[in-house]
Amino acid sequence: MLTILFDGVAYGMLLFILAVGLAVTMGLMNFINLAHGAFAMAGGYITVLLMQRLNVPFLWCLPLAFIGTALLGAVLERTLYRPLYHKAHLDQVLFSIGLVFMAVATVDYFVGSTGQIIQLPAWLKGRTELGSGAFMLGMGHYRLFIIAVCAALTVGLQYVLTRTRFGSRLRASVDDQRVAAGMGINVNIVFLSTFAFGSGLAGLGGALGAEVLGLDPSFPLKFMIYFLIVVAVGGTSSITGPLLAALLLGIADVAGKYYIPKLGAFIVYSLMILILMWRPQGLFVRKGGK
Amino acid sequence: MNTTNVNDAPVVLAAHGLVKRFGGITATNNVTLNLRQGARHALIGPNGAGKTTLINLLTGVLEPTEGSIVLEGQDITRLAPHQRVQRGMVRTFQINQLFDSLTPMETLALTVSQQRGFGGKWWQPLGAQRAVNERCEQLLEQFHLTAVMAEPTKVLAYGKRRLLEIAIALACEPRVLLLDEPVAGVPAGEREELLQTVAALPADVSVLLIEHDMDLVFSFANRMTVLVNGTVLTEGDPDTIANDPQVKAVYLGHGEDAHV
Amino acid sequence: MDASSTNVLLRSRRMRPWEPVLWLLAFAAPLALPGHALIINEIAIVALFALSLDLILGYTGIVSLGHAAFFGMGGYAAALFAKHVMPDPLVGLAVGIAAATLLGAVASFTVMRGTDLTRLMVTLGVGLIMLELANKLDWLTGGADGLQGVVMGPVLGKFEFDLFGRTAAWYSMSVLLVLFLLARRVVQSPFGATLKAIRDNRLRAMAIGIPVTAKLAQVYTLAAALAGAAGALLTQTTGFASLDLFEFHRSADVMLILVIGGVGWLYGGVVGAIGFKLLQDLISAVTPQYWTFWIGLFLVVLVLVGRERLIRPWTWFGGRKA
Repeated sequence: MLTILFDGVAYGMLLFILAVGLAVTMGLMNFINLAHGAFAMAGGYITVLLMQRLNVPFLWCLPLAFIGTALLGAVLERTLYRPLYHKAHLDQVLFSIGLVFMAVATVDYFVGSTGQIIQLPAWLKGRTELGSGAFMLGMGHYRLFIIAVCAALTVGLQYVLTRTRFGSRLRASVDDQRVAAGMGINVNIVFLSTFAFGSGLAGLGGALGAEVLGLDPSFPLKFMIYFLIVVAVGGTSSITGPLLAALLLGIADVAGKYYIPKLGAFIVYSLMILILMWRPQGLFVRKGGK
Repeated sequence: MNTTNVNDAPVVLAAHGLVKRFGGITATNNVTLNLRQGARHALIGPNGAGKTTLINLLTGVLEPTEGSIVLEGQDITRLAPHQRVQRGMVRTFQINQLFDSLTPMETLALTVSQQRGFGGKWWQPLGAQRAVNERCEQLLEQFHLTAVMAEPTKVLAYGKRRLLEIAIALACEPRVLLLDEPVAGVPAGEREELLQTVAALPADVSVLLIEHDMDLVFSFANRMTVLVNGTVLTEGDPDTIANDPQVKAVYLGHGEDAHV
Repeated sequence: MDASSTNVLLRSRRMRPWEPVLWLLAFAAPLALPGHALIINEIAIVALFALSLDLILGYTGIVSLGHAAFFGMGGYAAALFAKHVMPDPLVGLAVGIAAATLLGAVASFTVMRGTDLTRLMVTLGVGLIMLELANKLDWLTGGADGLQGVVMGPVLGKFEFDLFGRTAAWYSMSVLLVLFLLARRVVQSPFGATLKAIRDNRLRAMAIGIPVTAKLAQVYTLAAALAGAAGALLTQTTGFASLDLFEFHRSADVMLILVIGGVGWLYGGVVGAIGFKLLQDLISAVTPQYWTFWIGLFLVVLVLVGRERLIRPWTWFGGRKA
């Protein structure tokens, strides 16, 4: 049982890193971006290609995946996303679905549709077991690594948001774009860098998660709903909301699939629907916030 | 302007101790307001005093933190906005809230149909009811919208849109009418006429009006409430209010010209 | 004299002269193009599905990514009915519609509150739940293998389903026509006007006394019923029901079809279905495997350029901004 919890937490933290960029850009630009998963996929494939074709060690691939995806995000934001910020949500949905279709087909064309395997370095393989019997905690080393990296990133994010000038500019822009612009904050730069950073994080998440979640061209479609759940339930006005939502989702999903495999996915979807019906603004919304 | 009967008329809309808090901010602080039958009651106060918030509370768009609202003897505090409209309390908005893709004719026809209970009819086309059409024509005429009745609202000039905004409210056959700055943006020449249309409403329609233009307020109202920082500063007939030193201080103290 | 205003309102309701012509041509098509009867059948079904989405998307403003839930519900209900109870097509159609309506009524509670994103999520969620259900209840639905051997009896006891698909095409088109006329009535009625009001300005709709949540529930249920009809037609005319009915791409495709044809316009579904089929054939002829890429590109370009420009070719190359 504790192992399930542990796995759930690892899964949840991974989901958080994957989805936090989406939460922030949704709160900031009010843009429904269903293509967020494509950036995660890009990070995963960058890692796979670097490792397989250029023999780059796994640990190096992580920052490279981040940078590569962030660059991709920056370019796309500037060229494609920016003109669409004020369009109706239907248009945003159509646009981002279109991007996903293109991404999926492109990857399929260039790399093929089989699932990609990542060869983890030896020190990340293996497992440590603490305790015994029903309370045994089995910790896969890779999952431990994931939790550690994601926790560090979370702390770093929270620091940036609350302690730096960029963070306060970002929060101001989220709260009220016009006022922020009126105060001299360059909203365009804030959007660009936030989008790039969020996409980069998604890419990093994709790289980290490839081994655990599986990586193939259908990744964005498969996991889109999970990211959206994290954002919708967690709200877009903080990062602790999505964090809690992601952990909840991760644990619920892992536990559900283990204990009641027949109904595994149901629990997640039904819970989500019920939560959103009860609290349409999300579970963890800052009072007075969006 | 007869001030004598007003204070004896029955109260049609009453707010008792309304409080609204948003996180740490108290937007509405223990407001009590009595709107009497047939009144032409003005709600004035500096910007940010909470006048629109009060209207939102009265109409059910916002839920009060404390307090109650009674309409014609019935407690409506828990009623949904559309239910309050169905009981005769109608409002207009400070910023036009219109149906951009519909024409004025369609807008009014649908409002009148809804008001008369045909809103659920799905079999007959809109426009098949002669009585509805006649009422719409009447309203279009009254608000000088006949010429543009077949154009989508989004292409109309601001002045026309504002007139439509008020016309829609009247199409609901209100018994209590809450007007939020009705003449905002309307050309000076047309303001008088617009307010006269409102003042000419039957005596049994009670009107609560938010307005900044003091000339208009004084020519229209027979009762006034002054709201400052979410609290009622004072209430009374126009002459008393005009001479109240506290009221003057509020307006002059904020550096605001009383004639907006 | 009420001639002027009545005319203004009713004028836009009247049937345009080209409409009966269009329908006549449509019904003549299976005769004129006998080899294409199956495709015509498919187009009619998709048009009906898109019409049903238009009711909630175009006329009420609800963005739904899970409309296939009702399509699949109607499809499976009709297929199961034909297989286990009786093969009469019209009764089966009624059963399919009834099942979808029930699901729609229940699901309508999920779309009443919340933002666009929330509604997107819950509609997606309902669609996924239905897919999971169909998958897990494989003893009933055939699971991933699907439900085979759905054999239909003759329509109205007389018209056998033939191999060329002509009966199927006429059957589907007749159902489409009937439901289209129904939808037209609804959309042009005071009820339809209140839907448009909700779409344009929900706040004001409430402020004129419209019970918004009740209306949402009603139109959502109606749209589900029509989608169920389309699903039932599909399983009846193809003799087969599979999980594909519930797949996300069905919901996404039908949205695209409606957008191509024009949202908020009754013929949007029909035009979109024809356009989409043409597009599909065009692209598949060039790259059968990677057609998702081109569809994706089409979507991206469509949005960047502006949806309303699609059906106004004169705005494609500069000129007056639409």
